[in-house]
Amino acid sequence: MNLILYLIRKLTETEVWKSVFRHGYTDTPRNRALQTISNVWLHLHPVKVPKHAVKIRYTWCLGGLTFFIFLYLTVTGVLLMFYYVPDVNRAYADMIDLMYVVPLGRLLRTSHRWAGHAMVITVCFHMLRVFLTGSYKAPRQFNWVLGVLLLVLTFLLSFTGYLLPWDQLGYWAIMVGTNMGAATPVMGYQGPFAEMLGVKINNDIRFALLGGTQIDAPSLLRAYVWHCIGIPIISGALMILHFWRVRKDGGISGPL
Amino acid sequence: MSNNADAQVAKNNKTEKVFSWPNLVAKEFIAAILCTVILLAYSYYVDAPLRELANPGEPENPAKAPWYFLGLQEILVYFDPWIAGVVVPSIILMGLMAIPYIDTNPKGNGGYCFWDRRFAITVFLFGFIFWYALIVVGTYMRGPFWSFFWPWETWSFDFPTPPPSISLPNWLGIPALLAYFGFGMLVPAVLFWKFAKQLGFIRYNITMSLLLLMIGVLVKIALRLMFNIKYILQTPWFNI
Repeated sequence: MNLILYLIRKLTETEVWKSVFRHGYTDTPRNRALQTISNVWLHLHPVKVPKHAVKIRYTWCLGGLTFFIFLYLTVTGVLLMFYYVPDVNRAYADMIDLMYVVPLGRLLRTSHRWAGHAMVITVCFHMLRVFLTGSYKAPRQFNWVLGVLLLVLTFLLSFTGYLLPWDQLGYWAIMVGTNMGAATPVMGYQGPFAEMLGVKINNDIRFALLGGTQIDAPSLLRAYVWHCIGIPIISGALMILHFWRVRKDGGISGPL
Repeated sequence: MSNNADAQVAKNNKTEKVFSWPNLVAKEFIAAILCTVILLAYSYYVDAPLRELANPGEPENPAKAPWYFLGLQEILVYFDPWIAGVVVPSIILMGLMAIPYIDTNPKGNGGYCFWDRRFAITVFLFGFIFWYALIVVGTYMRGPFWSFFWPWETWSFDFPTPPPSISLPNWLGIPALLAYFGFGMLVPAVLFWKFAKQLGFIRYNITMSLLLLMIGVLVKIALRLMFNIKYILQTPWFNI
């Protein structure tokens, strides 16, 4: 036992160790502050937070969980990209491979899908929590607006992922969704006032979403690119703003 | 004297701070682990859905959007697609974004309370529950051709033909709409003039328009279910 402790002490005293980990677990106020501010991941947090803010029953961890699930989706999503090709002739077969051939593929795909649903739920309840605690009130008004945009992006992330398995469920769900786009006033070919501006099936907003007049190979590619690249980048940018504003608008809300 | 001291202690408690490391970080860590465990366990036991290969020649019946959009698909029964699929969600989003700017009540910032914000909380909870109630109906109670089934009934193609719907003639529909929005704006302003004055003219009008539109969706649903009314207003370009 003593030998192990001795070895650990020797190891943590080496130059290599000290160059990587700047400080140990010495329980001093200074060290606790350093743990937060000298760690790139943790410095998202302030060094100190109000005591009420760490109560589970205040935030229910919902914002943090939403972000965590986003990270989980990013990791599993990247792994899925190794096995999935957004080509109408292959996509469904790749799904079957994931379910039956790829090691742990079933768990990977299933948990990615359930996590997507979970994120929609946690983001909705995060919004409810923020509303019920009045946390959108001055000076945090704009951060609420950013949150609403992130809610929309969460829906869109989930929606674009829906088509990717290229099965009946996704195909007809996207049909329902994009047909609603066709009914957009002025911009959709079936919407009011569309004819006046010469908006037709091959130049309206549905056409832009699907990359054609019906759901086909270009639609699958568009859904894939928006799902894996476009929307995550936009969401990421807005998340940076959202988290930054939490700090800059006076930290987490609390009794005045 | 002791009251003063108590107040001072209470104030200190409110602003009392703790180190993020480990008080906050440890909880986040545990939450993340629990979340992962639950996700993986659930995924292990319940497979994600995967149906047959997409086939443009064989429509699903019923074809349903992802569950979080089923509230919108559900109100397609009561409204034309441009309202149900585009106008309603746009107004919801704009209304949500407007909330911090129209709710100027400074009370209840940073804590759960109901009485000081009873109007705001009632309206928001009503909207939140309305949205999910429509999703539940759309998910569990709509079968082939989007016809209604109770959750304990089995879906079949053998359902009664819906009764023919009627539309209000414009000489009735236009005054009805004007009366709904006119009285809807004026009556609360008279009854709750203090509240209206506090909000100010512009904020009051935005708040009440949004509220009336939300209740209007419910009214239209009720009109259809009780009197089979299809349209209230008809024009050559669009119908409501």
